[in-house]
Amino acid sequence: MSHWPLLTLVTFLPLVGALFILLTRGDEEIVARNARMIALWTSLIVFALSLVLWAEFDPHEIGFQFVEHAGWISVGGFHITYHMGIDGISLFFVLLSTLLTVICILASWESVRAQVKEYMVTFLVMETMMVGIFCALDFILFYLFFEGVLIPMFLIIGIWGGPDRIYAAFKFFLYTLLGSVLMLVAIIVIYYQTGSTDIVTALHYNFPAGLQKWLWLAFFASFAIKVPMWPLHTWLPDAHTEAPTAGSVILAGVLLKLGGYGFVRFSLPMFAAASHYFTPLIFVLSVVAVIYTSLVALAQTDMKKLIAYSSIAHMGFVTMGIFAATSEAVQGAIIQMLSHGVVSAALFLCVGVVYDRLHTREIVRYGGLADNMPAYAFAFMAFMLAAVGLPGTSGFVGEFLILLGTYRVNTLVCFLAATALFLGAAYMLYLYRRVIFGTITRDDVRRMLDLSWREKAVFAPLILIVLWMGLYPNSFLGPIRASADHLVQQVAAARAATGLRQASLF
Amino acid sequence: MPTTTLPDFWPALPEAVLAGLAMVLLLFGAMRGERPAQPRAAPAGSPRDLRSRGVPSRGDSTARLVSWLAILSLLVVLAVALVMGGARRVGFYGMFVSDAFGLFMNVLILLGSAAAILLSLRYNEDLGIARFEFPVLVMLATTGMMVMIAANDLITLYVGLELQNLALYVVASFDRDSVRSSEAGLKYFVLGALSSGMLLYGASLVYGFAGTTGFAGLYKLAAGGAPASAGLIVGIVFVVVGLAFKVSAVPFHMWTPDVYEGAPTPVAAFFAVAPKMAALALFVRFMITPFGPLVAEWRQVIIFLSIASMLFGAVAAIAQQNIKRLMAYSSIGHIGYALIGLASATASGIRGILVYLTIYLVMNLGAWAVILCMRQRGRMLEGISDLSGLSRTQPGLALALGIFLFSLTGIPPTAGFFAKLYIFLAAIDARLTWLAVMGVVTSVVGAFYYLRIVKVMYFDEPVAGFDRPIGAELKGVLIVTALLTLFFFLFPGPLSGAAAAAAAALFPR
Repeated sequence: MSHWPLLTLVTFLPLVGALFILLTRGDEEIVARNARMIALWTSLIVFALSLVLWAEFDPHEIGFQFVEHAGWISVGGFHITYHMGIDGISLFFVLLSTLLTVICILASWESVRAQVKEYMVTFLVMETMMVGIFCALDFILFYLFFEGVLIPMFLIIGIWGGPDRIYAAFKFFLYTLLGSVLMLVAIIVIYYQTGSTDIVTALHYNFPAGLQKWLWLAFFASFAIKVPMWPLHTWLPDAHTEAPTAGSVILAGVLLKLGGYGFVRFSLPMFAAASHYFTPLIFVLSVVAVIYTSLVALAQTDMKKLIAYSSIAHMGFVTMGIFAATSEAVQGAIIQMLSHGVVSAALFLCVGVVYDRLHTREIVRYGGLADNMPAYAFAFMAFMLAAVGLPGTSGFVGEFLILLGTYRVNTLVCFLAATALFLGAAYMLYLYRRVIFGTITRDDVRRMLDLSWREKAVFAPLILIVLWMGLYPNSFLGPIRASADHLVQQVAAARAATGLRQASLF
Repeated sequence: MPTTTLPDFWPALPEAVLAGLAMVLLLFGAMRGERPAQPRAAPAGSPRDLRSRGVPSRGDSTARLVSWLAILSLLVVLAVALVMGGARRVGFYGMFVSDAFGLFMNVLILLGSAAAILLSLRYNEDLGIARFEFPVLVMLATTGMMVMIAANDLITLYVGLELQNLALYVVASFDRDSVRSSEAGLKYFVLGALSSGMLLYGASLVYGFAGTTGFAGLYKLAAGGAPASAGLIVGIVFVVVGLAFKVSAVPFHMWTPDVYEGAPTPVAAFFAVAPKMAALALFVRFMITPFGPLVAEWRQVIIFLSIASMLFGAVAAIAQQNIKRLMAYSSIGHIGYALIGLASATASGIRGILVYLTIYLVMNLGAWAVILCMRQRGRMLEGISDLSGLSRTQPGLALALGIFLFSLTGIPPTAGFFAKLYIFLAAIDARLTWLAVMGVVTSVVGAFYYLRIVKVMYFDEPVAGFDRPIGAELKGVLIVTALLTLFFFLFPGPLSGAAAAAAAALFPR
């Protein structure tokens, strides 16, 4: 185990890069080029460091690793500590964040031309916030990152977004802010209950059953909006549609996972009894989300909107798995989040590729791309099949484990959710057919060029990861398993102790 | 209690020094007379040229000198106050108290007043209203505020308040040739007099039913255990109404937007920080020191004021097009949050208020400094749309205002988040969780109008930029406040420590 403050490095190194970019001077062209290079190298170094985390991670340890602990604010009995650490649940989210930042910077290499310097600074700041969220082990620290991430995303959508970007940016910001401030109130209540803002302390604290319900609802408000769960999802299609490609990648890849991560990290272990009590609510919302948004996705004419709705459906699977609270389902939910992080990010990149060339996201404007863009058609197919959950791709592992785990808890819910596998295949294949197959009817489509080497460099690692997760998921499940099993046992024990029964909805 | 016939003046030393210096400066300014300053390059077509006043740059040199001397005097008084420390001293036969709470607020007010004079320097010169009376009036108002903070008796309270008010009425209409400024002064005067009347009426009711004006005697009565008489409660409520006018809490806020809009911008900046903080400090002392034991009687009034201010401040600001009016509504909203701390009526609540006010001072000064930079060819602009595309034309200024706005919203990691955090901590500790929930929900509504300015600056197409350079004083204030706002999270300890000590002074029992 290394003695370097590795997590602090991974978290705050992007800020150093951002500072360097801010200091670059010269005429616009040179500044833009330097900004891109600095951002790329910073994010690559950060990614390399996060790989070290994975290499040094001990998969048999159930507690937190790479822990850093220091006093921060300590006044009048109110202590906030700088407490960082990761376990099997958060490890891969850190990796996902650092990987997608590299991908985003590469993907915006040419498509972003206005205010490149500010763009790169914003992305690096966002990387700090994202990594910080997954590493923080103090509630206030966590909240700082959790809400701080809104600022860069707001700016990314608002400055570099599409025509309706301002409406989307405001909707995104206000929706998510409303959720997270309620969580802040709950955090303060937890502080007075446990006497500290430390997350590890709170994880082992037995909250009284009545209070648990309120706290659970407050956290739910925050995370359900982030996930987003039906019916709180309406900000997502707007934000996705208007955000620039890289913004959509981060939104779908990481920010949506914050909700799921929050459920796994906080709601389930801390409020085990309340989670049990509210499980029917989650199941209903999840199943509605899965079926309803799949149907909505089927009717979309805008490529980004379609993928946005499919994200909601996939995240519905995740929430269902988390609150089924069996070992398989929780592991499946985490794998599904990781897989969806990569796959949906890649799908947005696919949309970005054709959008860069034709500047429209209307599905009907395309068609027959297999003829002149074979490499693109291949990449798109790989991710499309992963999204559908074809065995051998990453999507299959997560969905299978979730269904397996949920079946043991509630057969009906499992059956209803499984219909979405079919619906998912329908809308994805329908999209693929309309964009890639058929004959080319328009001249501008015929003139579109196939993937450049830079775009291939973006897609190749993502395809490899999708196949790796699908063919040998144990590399990923290994580190997750110990933490997930520990979590499930903890939840079962807490439920038995509190004896709060499930609300009867079925 | 002193046994001599002369009262103990010692606790009032900082106030006395400040009052003395103010009068010295007044004499000095009057004797030196108005001397034309060395011509400073005024932008072509500036109001100084346009509004030809016979003597274009009258009194420039004296005004500038007196302003700097006034800033120096305020800092000297600050040093005196700090040297005297926060030990509890009672003077003037118990009518006057100096303690850690007073020290903390005095520091804030002296810094706020000094910064306001600093911000006014260039503006007043450009507008042709640079007269040496301005800094002197600010000093006198500051003296009044310090007396208010130190009040330990209803009489002291009123004397301090009126000293402050009379100076402020004049300051509000300082641009006397402008109709808007005169109107602001008049409006402020009429409503201020009305609120003073209510306060006085309440104070006399309290005296009539309690038989004493001293806070110590009132405390003894309130803590006596006997149920408070209805007359006393009515008296307290009237005083609260008067004070609510001064802090501009809803529904007694009507004067605020008009006065902020009409008064010269540095005056509005001054109004937004120092008098408001002084009035709130007085509010806190009046509720906690004598009437702390009656918290159950007055808490609901404060809660109502708090909720109404938060809601109204947030909602009414949405439609504003003038940034000064917007800042007025923003300050109304912020008072609502601070009042949550008062409603909790605990040491941690008062600590929350003190932290809140400190951070509020910093971010507000910064935001007003940006507003003072909004000038084109010497003409002041006040429309939010004038900020369009500022990120392109003046990225530094836009970044600074962006930081202040996110801080005013309360988004971490800016200082504003910690301000709200301490308030909500106190509220939940006092079992006012639902009030905290109201607070966070209205802060989301408030986020909308702050973000609207960010949107205008960052997302909209640029219009013509503002005049450059923006002046060394403004730049200094901007840099210091922006850095403090952004990096507060690195060193929150000392401030909250000092605030906790100051809050403890109000709860000696």
